Amino acid sequence: MKRARIAPGRWATIAILGILGLLFALPLAGSLEFTLRSPNGGYGLEHWISLFAPARPASYAPIWTGLTNSAILAVVTVAIVLFLLTPTMVLIQLRFPRLRRPFEFLCLLPISIPAIVLVVGLAPVYLVIGRAVGTGIWSLAFAYGITCLPFAYRAIQSNLDAIDTRTLAEAARSLGASWVSVLVRVIVPNIRVGLMLASLVSVAVVLGEFTIASLLNRQNLQTALLVVSKQDPYIAVIMSLLSLAFVFLVLFAIDRASRAIARRQSAL
Amino acid sequence: MTQTDPAPAPEPVADRFAALTDGNPLVSDRSEGVRVVFDGVVKSYGSQRVLKGLQLEVQPGEFLSLLGSSGSGKSTALRLLAGLELADGGTILVGGEDMSRVPANKRDMGMVFQSYSLFPHLSVARNTAFGLRMRRVPEARVRERVDAALALVGLSDFAARFPHQLSGGQQQRVALARALVTEPRVLLLDEPLSALDAKVRVQLREEIRRIQLRLGITTIFVTHDQEEALAVSDRVAVMNAGDIDQIGAPEELYTRPATTFVAEFIGRSCLVDAVVRDGFAEALGARLPLLAPHPDGPARVYLRPENLFLASDGTTGAVPAIVVSSSFLGAMRRTQVKTTEGVELVVQHSPGERVLAGDAVRVGVRPEPVAVR
Repeated sequence: MKRARIAPGRWATIAILGILGLLFALPLAGSLEFTLRSPNGGYGLEHWISLFAPARPASYAPIWTGLTNSAILAVVTVAIVLFLLTPTMVLIQLRFPRLRRPFEFLCLLPISIPAIVLVVGLAPVYLVIGRAVGTGIWSLAFAYGITCLPFAYRAIQSNLDAIDTRTLAEAARSLGASWVSVLVRVIVPNIRVGLMLASLVSVAVVLGEFTIASLLNRQNLQTALLVVSKQDPYIAVIMSLLSLAFVFLVLFAIDRASRAIARRQSAL
Repeated sequence: MTQTDPAPAPEPVADRFAALTDGNPLVSDRSEGVRVVFDGVVKSYGSQRVLKGLQLEVQPGEFLSLLGSSGSGKSTALRLLAGLELADGGTILVGGEDMSRVPANKRDMGMVFQSYSLFPHLSVARNTAFGLRMRRVPEARVRERVDAALALVGLSDFAARFPHQLSGGQQQRVALARALVTEPRVLLLDEPLSALDAKVRVQLREEIRRIQLRLGITTIFVTHDQEEALAVSDRVAVMNAGDIDQIGAPEELYTRPATTFVAEFIGRSCLVDAVVRDGFAEALGARLPLLAPHPDGPARVYLRPENLFLASDGTTGAVPAIVVSSSFLGAMRRTQVKTTEGVELVVQHSPGERVLAGDAVRVGVRPEPVAVR
């Protein structure tokens, strides 16, 4: 008897992927086409070139300030994910497994809270933070750490679940490892991919975030783009495309790195 | 807890195995094992008391097995010794030193776990070297000792492989090498063979015993498999509900079980009605000596299958029975029978004596001492 077909056939796969690809590619293509429109008619790279050699440098300064601030925020947010969230998750996995469900709920909660509602709650908190540590752009990373939680948690937890964390930790302890060595030399190397994904997602969230920065009166890439786009709409679209390209390249690099690690571990 | 004859103190490794040292650094650097003492150790998980004041002394260089069913407390005792859990009461001494406040990474124990515990991201060599690097051993010495440890377990050619490229038996060998390379004071084995297939289990347990004898290291082996425990141990402690029911040499536990639990847990037994009279139990037409004194009167005794036999027609005292089933087990047959009085027995006999279900047979009892329930 012929076995029932579960997966779609080759042409069906091509059709589905093609339609989906078009859905994603068309807006991007439209954006690219928009940025290539020449002021004198036809197409050219004038708008792209003007980003790096602007006629009025001061008008594009907010973009570079916003980009720098977003970079700082990305670094601090990734540090929160790697040095605060990850050890906490490992501690719960090893010593307090009963807290896993409540912790998971807390980490996933921010995804259900709209950013504007989040800001209403964060605003008075940031008054206190401002008095305590100042109003530097880096302090916004505390809020971004919360918004990244659902994505970072999932990426890291899936890796932790794939290894027998408890036995590995106990084996390492029986061999003389301190808890720091257990974390750094045993657990982290086995959840590398999850950590990379969590870091990437954090960077993507930070680069694309607008509401919190705007309502808390901070300047990041997205708020800067809004300001500049009122004078030059082309620049906003160019920066969006560059951001997307950056994230795509990082994803590609992570995928290549993961495959290389898997290949190296499989090779005799 | 019933204490039978304690094992004699083992001879020094050098005297017993001088010919086997063959220059292996792990063996030549070996000193005698240390004594391990559990003194009134108590451990509870919530309202459940798992260890109820464990009293146990492991002699230097001894291979002692903790045998029991799930929940008996054997793994808990091992984990307390390793420092992976903290006792609620009592003292654990290793070489005379109180381990109560010593963290797990400072206890100098080697441990092999049931689930494969090799670090997936490290090669066999780097896995084996892990403990030495935690102790900041010089790199040249690390290489030498890793090579010696892998040679000891027969995996010298596998140093560059990763755990996922090894079979289960090979992984446990590497885990053993990793545990031994640091020359721990005590070797702890927490059901290391449970996840392996039968043939590999037998091979590896013999190898573990061989290595332990060569190194003279005090070893505590946790298992629920009585055959494993009886095959490799100097002494076996049978644990039941958080305490030790009996401890002694394997032969002692098998032939002279001190409690009902031990009699039923170790080996197979048939429980039959008997009458005790003048120090003998009269059962199945036979008069059997008792392992321990018992008042005269009705009783129930344990009969081992190997002490029953299929008797010929002329054998006096044999009882008639009908074969229920018969299983061929390679070197022997095990046949279940039911006597005319409805008593169910299991007889162990040579494979050449072929019987079929429904056959009429006669069952005799060898005059071996029996335990009374």
